Amino acid sequence: MSDAAVIVTDVSKRFGETEALAGVTFEVANGELFGLVGPDGAGKTTLFRILTTLSIPDAGSATVLGLDVVRDLWAIRSRVGYMPGRFSLYGDLTVKENLSFFASVFGTTIEKGYDLIAPIYSQIEPFAERRADALSGGMKQKLALSCALVHRPEILFLDEPTTGVDAVSRREFWDQLQTLRSSGLTIVVSTPYMDEAMRCDRVALMQGGRILEIDPPSEIGTRYPLPIVAVIGAERYKLLLSLRDAPHAHSVYPFGSELHFTDDRAGFDPVTVAAELREYAVSKGFKDVEVKPMEAGIEDSFMELMPPPVQRAS
Amino acid sequence: MTDTAISVHNLTRRFGDFTAVDSISFDVAPGEVFGFLGANGAGKTTAIKMLIGLLAPTAGDARVAGLDVVKEIEEVRRRIGYMSQRFSLYEDLTVLENIALYGGIYGLTNAEIRTRSSSMLTSLGLTDDLVGRLPLGWKQKLAFSVALLHQPAVVFLDEPTGGVDPITRRQFWELIYAAAERGTTVFVTTHYMDEAEYCDRISIMVDGRIATIGSPSELKQKWGVPSIDELFVRLARPS
Repeated sequence: MSDAAVIVTDVSKRFGETEALAGVTFEVANGELFGLVGPDGAGKTTLFRILTTLSIPDAGSATVLGLDVVRDLWAIRSRVGYMPGRFSLYGDLTVKENLSFFASVFGTTIEKGYDLIAPIYSQIEPFAERRADALSGGMKQKLALSCALVHRPEILFLDEPTTGVDAVSRREFWDQLQTLRSSGLTIVVSTPYMDEAMRCDRVALMQGGRILEIDPPSEIGTRYPLPIVAVIGAERYKLLLSLRDAPHAHSVYPFGSELHFTDDRAGFDPVTVAAELREYAVSKGFKDVEVKPMEAGIEDSFMELMPPPVQRAS
Repeated sequence: MTDTAISVHNLTRRFGDFTAVDSISFDVAPGEVFGFLGANGAGKTTAIKMLIGLLAPTAGDARVAGLDVVKEIEEVRRRIGYMSQRFSLYEDLTVLENIALYGGIYGLTNAEIRTRSSSMLTSLGLTDDLVGRLPLGWKQKLAFSVALLHQPAVVFLDEPTGGVDPITRRQFWELIYAAAERGTTVFVTTHYMDEAEYCDRISIMVDGRIATIGSPSELKQKWGVPSIDELFVRLARPS
């Protein structure tokens, strides 16, 4: 048997006119924390539904824990944990009732799964008698993760667990994922947040039903094909518009407190690009503009790989 | 005309024993892009609901576009635009039908609706189609433009870019900048901390109070942090 926890081979899925997945191929190793990074509509949820046996691919094949997602669906279901993107718990049951319910569906008890869920569940246990509806966003998310783990799955699928969650709760959630990963659990997680991709072992950048690139997060930026520099200056919007007209401008995007300028001359020295651009900005009347060579990050790479946004999704 | 677009003074809202918004005060200048940040449950949504007249304050007062949000609420509603995190246009109507509908609600003339529709389609690079068929990012850009249709003095945007791809997210911010250049005041919430850096000024709400307020560069200097993300984590979870 293969060492891979997940093998996806040329999987396609179409809903009417929309091509949700267009020939997706990748593998996830045992014990890996694997990220699917991409915006709404990239095909992440469709992929999760296929891997958790809730949807059947139109073409291609996939195995999870060595089992075929179509033929062996019943065997797969008891061995995977799945946290869907929408809040999936029973709002009118209490925290403890929800957890007991999910345990009993899988023929187990809270006690048998307790050591695995303890680091997460202990944080919401003081509210065990509270209705799930009355929990805050961060607590709902901890309960949903506990419910997905209580039957001790061998692999965990998390579909956008942090969408709409604030920056602090997101960090805490990822701390918990890394603890689970170090216990040997395989985790496949999707997110629209590029910063979260940094915390995965490997990430697949997805867009429009396709995988654009798969790499460890630290390597994605190194494959950036063009020289890129960071620009800092006042009057940022005017500066942005002006830099788009600079000779050799390939793309200019705001990035936090900076603008990232990509030059269209592959292989050109970024130090020269920075010097030329500084001169250009000064000639256009922008004073005190700082321009410095930089390493591309995941979000730079993602935008470079992305096909330009079009009105029609398909 | 007053010289503040939003003026909030000791604004408070209690639900039973729970104080969701605890005597907050701040001003936003006309044409400013103001980022209103806070963790889930910090009181942001309650505060916004009071500013747009959907919830009465327990104490304190607020003026938006120079008008009192309690006593002059009808007039306030005509002077503001609002875009919620849930998509608010009609998916089974076309782009132009949606614009005509909202234009009618805001009391624009047919001639005004015609000119503004065509300039909106041009500036967004959009052709008329069923709104339900547009990708999320385009829907959000369209919803923002519709919120500006009646040329409000202040526009409130509640997490407008959640789940949107990184390029469209930036295009959305360029629409915000362009609106601010034309003098519209923009009041925006977001969970993307890089977007916080795009604002002229931001505030961070913690447990119903405003923990800090200022321009992103001022705040980074004042708190000795490299990014607003760091500042947010520090303030929102004091430990």
